[in-house]
Formats: sequence, C-alpha cells, structure tokens
Amino acid sequence: MARAVTQQRKIINTTAAWGIGLLIFFPILWTVLTSFKTEATAIADPPVFLAFDWTLENYSAVMERSNYARFLWNSIIIAGGSTILGIIVAVPAAWSMAFVPSKRTKDILLWMLSTKMLPAVGVLYPIYLICIKLGILDSRGALVVILMLMNLPIIVWMLYTYFKEIPGEILEAARMDGATLKEEILYVLTPMAIPGIASTLLLNFILAWNEAFWTLNLTAANAAPLTAFIASYSSPEGLFFAKLSAASTMAIAPILILGWFSQKQLVSGLTFGAVK
Amino acid sequence: MATKHSRSAARLMMAPAVILLLGWMLVPLIMTLIFSFKRYLPLRGGDLGWVGFENYVRFVSSSAFWPSVAATLTIVGGVLLITVIFGVLLAILLNQPMWGQGVVRILVIAPFFVMPTVSALVWKNMFMDPVNGLLAHLWRFFGAEPISWLSEASLPSIVIIVSWQWLPFATLILLTAIQSLDGEQLEAAEMDGAPPLKRFGYITLPHLSRAITIVILIQTIFLLAIFAEIFVTTGGAFGTRTLTYLIFQRVLESQNVGLGSAGGVYAIILANIVAIFLMRIVGKNLDA
Repeated sequence: MARAVTQQRKIINTTAAWGIGLLIFFPILWTVLTSFKTEATAIADPPVFLAFDWTLENYSAVMERSNYARFLWNSIIIAGGSTILGIIVAVPAAWSMAFVPSKRTKDILLWMLSTKMLPAVGVLYPIYLICIKLGILDSRGALVVILMLMNLPIIVWMLYTYFKEIPGEILEAARMDGATLKEEILYVLTPMAIPGIASTLLLNFILAWNEAFWTLNLTAANAAPLTAFIASYSSPEGLFFAKLSAASTMAIAPILILGWFSQKQLVSGLTFGAVK
Repeated sequence: MATKHSRSAARLMMAPAVILLLGWMLVPLIMTLIFSFKRYLPLRGGDLGWVGFENYVRFVSSSAFWPSVAATLTIVGGVLLITVIFGVLLAILLNQPMWGQGVVRILVIAPFFVMPTVSALVWKNMFMDPVNGLLAHLWRFFGAEPISWLSEASLPSIVIIVSWQWLPFATLILLTAIQSLDGEQLEAAEMDGAPPLKRFGYITLPHLSRAITIVILIQTIFLLAIFAEIFVTTGGAFGTRTLTYLIFQRVLESQNVGLGSAGGVYAIILANIVAIFLMRIVGKNLDA
C-alpha cells in the first residue's frame, strides 16, 4: 500500500526540496549573476536574471582598484599558514592521546575544547597590546599564530577522532616486527592517517579563511586578508552592486568549492565528535 | 618496557599543544582580569591605578548595558528559534527519497561557507537596500512602500542574515542525526496506524533531542560572539549593539580598557555557563 504512492511522493519531495534549496542558495546565485552585469543593469527594476549583456569589466575594475592580489595572498598565507602550523603541533598530541591514553587524556581533551569557548572579545585588548609591544600588529605572522591557537582545539579533536579509528593491533604488529617509534609513525601510522589529516586540513583552512574577528581587528593596510577587503566595501563602494558582487564572488568561490568537498567532515569536526 | 618508553614519549609529544594552549588561555585572561580592576585609559593617562570593582559596577549600570543584553538575547534567541525549527523541517525533507538529493544538499549547505563580511554586505546592499535592493523591488512590485530594513527593522534584519548563515549548520547536523534513525521503527508505527504528526512527535523528535541540544549549545557559543555581521551592517547603531559589540567599542573605540575588560569578564563567565553544558554532553560521548 505504502509503496504505491512512492513515485508520487517522490515527485512532491523533489519539488519541495529543490524549491527550498534554490531559495536558500539564491543570495549566492544572485551575487554571482550580478558580478557579470553592468552597474546600471545591476540595479534595474524590474531585476534582470539572465537576459543581460554578460561582462567581465567588474572583475578587472576590482583587480585594478584595490590591489586585490595582495588581499588574496594574505588570506592564503594566513589561512594556510595557521592550518599547517596547527597540524604540525596537533598531530603528535592527537597521536599520543589516541594510542597511549592515560587517565588524564579525557580531561586534557575537554580542557582543550574549553579554550575554544573563550569569547574572543574578552581577550581583545590583551592580544592587541601584546601585538603592539612585539611590533607585530598588522602582520601576517601574528594572525597565523593567533588563528592557529584559535583552531588548535578543533584540529586536535578532529585528528584524535580519526586516529582513534585506526586499529591498535596494526601498530602492535609493527612493534613486534621491531619497528622503532619513529618508523612506526612514519611508515605505518602516517599513510593510514592521511585521509583524516587531509579533511582536518580542509575544514580548518575554511574556518581560518572566513575568520572575521581577529582579521578585522588586528590588521590594517599590510596584513588585511579578504574578510577585511570586503568589509572596506561597506560604504559607499558597497552601493556599486556589480563591483561588490565581483569582489564577493572572488572571495567566496574557492571556499565554496573546498567546502563542498568537506561537508562530511563538517559535522563530526564542528560538534567535536558528538554527532557522527 | 615498551609501554614505559612510549608513555614518556607520549607526554613529550603532547607538550607543545598543551603548553601553547595553556599560554593562549592564561596570559590574555590574566591580563584582562588585571585590567578589569584598574582605571586604564591608554590614550588619556594610561594606567591610573587600582579601582576595585568600580569597572564591574559601572559596566552594568551604564545606560548601554541593558539594551545590549536585550539585543544579544533577541539575536541569539531569534536565530536559534529559526535555525532549529527550519533545520528540523529541512532535515526531515532532505531525508525523504527524491531525485538530486546530493545537489540539493550542496545548495542548502553553501551559505555556511560564505565569509561573514560577504554575507552581511550582500544582504545589506543587494537585498535590504531601501532603494535598489531586491526586497525593495519586490515590495514595490506588490505596491507596498519599501522598508529601510537595517534602520527601521534592524534587529529582525540581523536575525535574518545570521539565520541564513547558520541554517545550513543546523540542517546538516540534524540530517546526520536523522539518518541514524531506525527506519523499521517508523515503519512499524506506520503499520500500527500512527499518523505522521504522532510519528514525528513520539519517534523522530525524541531521537533528535540530543542533536538539537548540541546545535543549540554550539550555536549559542558562536552567536554570542557575533561581530563582523554587525560591524559591516549597522556598526552597532539602531539598537543592534550586542554585548560583544559593546565591549569592542569600550576597548578599541573609546579606549577605556578597564571598563571594557570588566565587560569582557562578564562575557567570559556567560560563555562558560553555556560551555559547561556542552562539555558535559561531549564528555559523556568520550566514554562511550
């Protein structure tokens, strides 16, 4: 009985889901479309959806006007640097917690998580002051370190969850065969851990790329990444919709693509393994 | 023998992460605590000595405090309500058999990957602008007077923008949770003649309760700290000054570090209250 209506229900489900999906996606789609319009078409009433003269002039205008390449480069260095540094610090820690657990492992893990809960604004001035004193305000290095520390708990957690799933017997077997600790890590563990490390890398790169508290408050002309670049469009440039759209599209396109790859890891990563 | 060896090695390997995080937590926290008990105005005399709890009293008795609490609660509450309710509905819908499920899921998740400054500015200008925004076009099409969203309905506007960013997160987590629901149980209930609403209320919703709790806790921690969305849209004007934004203004804009630090301590305490509940759930999960 229930099977008979399946086809009809499937059609209804599909229509509803696609309708809602497109509605949610619409602001992004609209931004991308607008980036190919002229400024006049961008504000046309009634709005034009597809039937306009597609142009790339906004992209060249944004590149020329604002030294876009430097903001992009800053974003890549800050997000990439903080992620790689975080992985380097976190892999040994997560490894030891997963394979040589002690009574305090759980407490250490939870304590690490608790540092992530500290509201950034509560320590804004101390960090700001430390950066001034060290002469690293508005430098990429400072943001690499700060974003690394900010995301370190998530990185350790994600790696720990992945390492936990590697069967310990394999390591024991390697040990029996006389592998040293170094060999064990290098030749046995690392190849098996690479998928987990890759997804951790991906998710944290995304988080660091989109971080918009420290990047807005600790940068000016030198180290500003794309988040700050877009914020500078607040006004009055923001009223040039086509150029705003072109700048926005360039800032989010790489991350959207990476993000779609990482959607599976997103859940366990952001819920600290509480939902899998 | 080998165990002893690996135990000390393990401790050594954990050290960098633990020491770094300990420093990252303690140093700024202690500085904030010290500043909060001082009259400290970097641009007007610097460190002017200890003042006891004066900053703590002044922070809560300033005329901006209670409105900022109200704005924070409105934004956090509004976004939680919207994302959880629509997240549950959307998760149920996406779990049904359909064509192109993978593509729809990608469409729904996409806003989560848009950087906060971009989503705030795109909504502010291209959708909510009272003259050229898409919503203004829509309102005029129906013969209505366009709304100046961010000045006349500032808080609802911020709630809309932030909900759009966080709905994907809630949906994705709830969808993951729903997929672990035992289909046979639902089928059995259906055979026994339980109507859809009852099946939802007695089977699906209880199954989702843990995931919903996690969504609420994690989102609350992130929503309490919302910054960029307000920074680029209203700059804290029109009643959108949240607790986070108020502290930011005290510390960096008016450079009253003592007062701002006292506010910071309040924010840390508030976040910790939420965090305790989250940690309890996550901790339980570790034992399993």
